Amino acid sequence: MRLLLVDDEGELVSTIAERLSFRGIDADWVTSGEEALKKAETESYDLAVLDVKMPRISGIRLKGMLEEKYPDMKFIFMTGHGSEDDFRTGSTNAFYLVKPINIEALVSKINEALKK
Amino acid sequence: MSIIEKLKPKFWSNGVRDAGMGTTRHLFNFRRIWNLAVFLTAGVALVPLISMTLIHYEVTQNAIESEVRNHTMRLVRNTWRTVSYFLNERKTVLDLVAHEHTYEDLKNPIKLAAILKNLKKRLGGVVDLGVIDSSGIQTNYVGPYPLVNKDYSDQESFKKVIESGIYTSDFFLGFRNVPHMVIARKYVIQNGSFYVLRATLDIKPVNKALNEIEVSGLGDVFVINRKGMLQTPSRYHGKILEKVSLPVPRYSKEIQVVECNTSNREPLIVGYAYIPDTPFILMIVQQKTELMERWYKTRMELFWFLVISITLILIVTLGMATYLVNKIYIADNERVSSLHKVEYSNRLASIGRLAAGVAHEVNNPLAIINEKAGLIKDLFTYKEMYSEDTKLISLIDSIISSVERCGTITKRLLGFARHMEVSIRSINVREVLEEVLGFLEKEAEYRSIKVSLNVPDDIPEFESDRGKVQQIFLNLVNNAFAAMEDGGSLDITVKREDEDFISATVTDTGCGIPKTDIERIFCPFFSTKTEKGGTGLGLSITCGLVQEIGGKIDVQSEVGKGTTFTITLPLKIDKERK
Repeated sequence: MRLLLVDDEGELVSTIAERLSFRGIDADWVTSGEEALKKAETESYDLAVLDVKMPRISGIRLKGMLEEKYPDMKFIFMTGHGSEDDFRTGSTNAFYLVKPINIEALVSKINEALKK
Repeated sequence: MSIIEKLKPKFWSNGVRDAGMGTTRHLFNFRRIWNLAVFLTAGVALVPLISMTLIHYEVTQNAIESEVRNHTMRLVRNTWRTVSYFLNERKTVLDLVAHEHTYEDLKNPIKLAAILKNLKKRLGGVVDLGVIDSSGIQTNYVGPYPLVNKDYSDQESFKKVIESGIYTSDFFLGFRNVPHMVIARKYVIQNGSFYVLRATLDIKPVNKALNEIEVSGLGDVFVINRKGMLQTPSRYHGKILEKVSLPVPRYSKEIQVVECNTSNREPLIVGYAYIPDTPFILMIVQQKTELMERWYKTRMELFWFLVISITLILIVTLGMATYLVNKIYIADNERVSSLHKVEYSNRLASIGRLAAGVAHEVNNPLAIINEKAGLIKDLFTYKEMYSEDTKLISLIDSIISSVERCGTITKRLLGFARHMEVSIRSINVREVLEEVLGFLEKEAEYRSIKVSLNVPDDIPEFESDRGKVQQIFLNLVNNAFAAMEDGGSLDITVKREDEDFISATVTDTGCGIPKTDIERIFCPFFSTKTEKGGTGLGLSITCGLVQEIGGKIDVQSEVGKGTTFTITLPLKIDKERK
């Protein structure tokens, strides 16, 4: 299982990747949509964890771009804004987590998403 | 409350305070507008009315006074003619007798008796006839008394007739108490000597003519001589041949009408005329009040017309001015209230946006702290050398739990700010109340205020504007906190009223609201906390919000015990309201 973490906050996304590695999940991280698209071309990922609000390419747009190229890829959104209700109205098929996230909650969402 | 207080329009005490203080204050000084409207309208209406009435008063009074004078003058003239005619007729008859008969004939008693008989028959009113020679001896006399050879030479009347050719006596009462007068005329005979023809006249016809004159109730017609002695009977001004109770009028050739004001009686209108060649003055005396009665009646009608007109004009002016200024006041109040609401909403929206921005910005570093602390914990957990150090683990747990608390606050702020936007959605009233109470949780803790929330399980989710509902509860809970001393208690109970409505009661143990204020607490700008920065809009806005979502709000309060606000909300909001 390979994960791609995308968030403009490098400090955050790198730490999450490191913490996931302690839990046996191998995750790469990038800090923008463009980097994520490049990374996806070189590596194959089962799941992407995306920040909703990012400069230039937003998480939602990035999800659409990745989904187009890699239809089997699963997605989890992280957001510092809004509630689950709001989020669901925009994107019904994705999982979400509100920052600051709980790592165990992220792990269980990852498992849930991959099982789907 | 006095009647004046009750009648006082709303703007009288409220409309002055904020005049001209920026866009969210009253534009006008309502009391001044009212004063201006009343004084200008009343002035424009009353000044011409009063002027016209005064002019009419003056003109009518002059006209009626003039008519009274003319009427009296006509009356005097007619009476004067009657009396003059009577006297002149007798004088002419004497002339005729002297002309038709010689002195010798007149000295003959039989002929003189025949003349008297003839005069009595033809003319009437001639009592006797006498002939007096130039030495003053009455040489012949026919009449009821033995007056032949009576010597008149020393008498004033004889002297006067010699001097002026004619003598007219005062009136006098004869032996039978019948009023008489004497006329004597001097006639010159051929030898240069002269004789005097003297007749005594019964003046009953004069009295009769005077009595027949129609004068108003207290009017009087009589004749006086120039010394003021009454010559004919008077009803009110003295006895016959006694001094009249009025002053003798000033001599005038013309007929005069004068006003006579005496201190001890009502003013009199006196018309008089001097009768030429006699000592007589004809007087017609009438009371002015009687003559002017028609004027007094008109004057009273004019007075009442003026009073009623002024009263009506004032009532209409006051009523219209009060009504219009009140309407302007209400409209301006609504304008000010709307501006305040807009200002309030804008401010709230700005605070909401600011809070959301802050929360979002804080969220990212918070997430980093969270992850870094998590990583440290992971390192300690997964590396054996630290895994047993419980103190370190507990420190990191405390960091993580603090981050979680901060996260809860930022999430709540974000949620609250988001709900400021108008949207109708399904609402769980418990969630809304918990969210609202969450903001005041710490304050309640510090002030030892006991907060209890009772929401039964059968309360369904309902459709409404979440932002408005949470603002309504936030305002009410804030008010309750402001009204309570430390250690009070706040109880919020929700129950289902019927199929269509739920109700929520917010009960505090605060200071309560006096009965005199309770009717006004939902009015804009009513505040008892102006010194503490209260705008008087909180409850007004709350009430407006409740009405906007189709609910209603009631209040019950007891001073010193506390206040209960009850909000009834519909489970489904009207389509039109959406």
